[in-house]
Amino acid sequence: MASRSSWQTAVVAAIGPETSHAKTFRLRLTEPRTHRPGQFYVVRLTAPDGYHAQRDYSVASSPGGDDIELTVEMLPDGEVSGFLHNVVEVGDVLEVRGPVGRFFSWDGATPILGLAGGSGVVPLMSMLRLARRANRPDLMRLVVSVRSPADLYYADEISGPETTVVYTRDAPAGSARPVGRLTAEDVRPLVESDREVYVCGSAGFCDGATKLLLEVGVDVQRIRISRWGPTS
Amino acid sequence: MVATRGFVGRQPSSRDPRLPPGQYDAGDEWPVLHAEATPSIDTANWTFTIDGLVDTPTSWTWDEIHALEPDRYEGAIHCVTTWSKFGMTFDGVSIDTLLEITGVRDDAAYVMARSHTGYTTNLPIEDVVDGRAWVVWDVNGAPLDDIHGGPARLLVPHLYFWKSAKWVSGLKFMAEDEQGFWERNGYHDHGDPWLEQRYQGD
Repeated sequence: MASRSSWQTAVVAAIGPETSHAKTFRLRLTEPRTHRPGQFYVVRLTAPDGYHAQRDYSVASSPGGDDIELTVEMLPDGEVSGFLHNVVEVGDVLEVRGPVGRFFSWDGATPILGLAGGSGVVPLMSMLRLARRANRPDLMRLVVSVRSPADLYYADEISGPETTVVYTRDAPAGSARPVGRLTAEDVRPLVESDREVYVCGSAGFCDGATKLLLEVGVDVQRIRISRWGPTS
Repeated sequence: MVATRGFVGRQPSSRDPRLPPGQYDAGDEWPVLHAEATPSIDTANWTFTIDGLVDTPTSWTWDEIHALEPDRYEGAIHCVTTWSKFGMTFDGVSIDTLLEITGVRDDAAYVMARSHTGYTTNLPIEDVVDGRAWVVWDVNGAPLDDIHGGPARLLVPHLYFWKSAKWVSGLKFMAEDEQGFWERNGYHDHGDPWLEQRYQGD
């Protein structure tokens, strides 16, 4: 247990943009460890005087391999996200620990429905990637809610029979669904009694999505939530 | 610990000595983090129970607990996700007041706090006595919102805030330590923010 969660170093192997506000960092771990989709790593930055700041970032990549990918949203005045976006380069060494967080993790076998708001798609992308790699697209249904096509992470990879993208402000031309927040009608066809539900996003998204799930009859005990951000 | 290339962090002059290591001041924001659906609990059905290794297991209704001697905590709270908030005021009742009624048996060494949602979190007995823990229902002069654990939550402000169980329903006194919800899921059994006891193994 202690060794699984001890600090180690990782070399930044690649950095790529997901949207104008999000980048994915591929990290090569000194001591590779297997994660479960949905888990996160902690990234710690240390100043020369010993001051440090750390934040949790969900793993976007599927388990296996020596690398992990963390997708980081740039937050206004973000002490850690701003540094990662603006200063970190390929070849830099970062201090990380993980994987952490077993509750919001998936065993890769139980059928699941994922509901993601914006950057909340990151841990669910790890789940989708695992389901696809296992050739088990039936294992996962995924609904991603974003403001506009420009806000969709993993845009060239996420589409598929498992995935529904809901646009709240601007939709691509020709979209059948009118723009607007997630509704009960969006989730009702995807809910099945044996599916565990994973909800990830802002506090507002998670509470709205939870209400919809309860409205369409999902047992509250089957809902796992990973939420962040302030209340209004 | 090796410095991260290019990282200087917040300037020393702007660092707040009230902040435990690795924490930032959330200011006016109060981030929300819980893993279950936010419940809405009617105070008419609310109860709080102390049981386990106590002399007189006792349950209080909403009105009964409000009739006890009120107490207040003023100060900081610290969440394991690295935010802290200063200048908080919580009103409720001290756990000490409740334990004067129930008594505690000599073989009690640990406490499991539980919530109306099924959430649990474990604490050593020392962390809930001697003016260090409360059941609270008002924050900054207003009733606690559902999303922050209302109508009442446990408050153990010297530990990371997941120990301050939202929607608290009771405390069980135990001879042996058992892990609660986040503790089983990789978080520290104690959770002292000044020692950065965030995860198992810290």
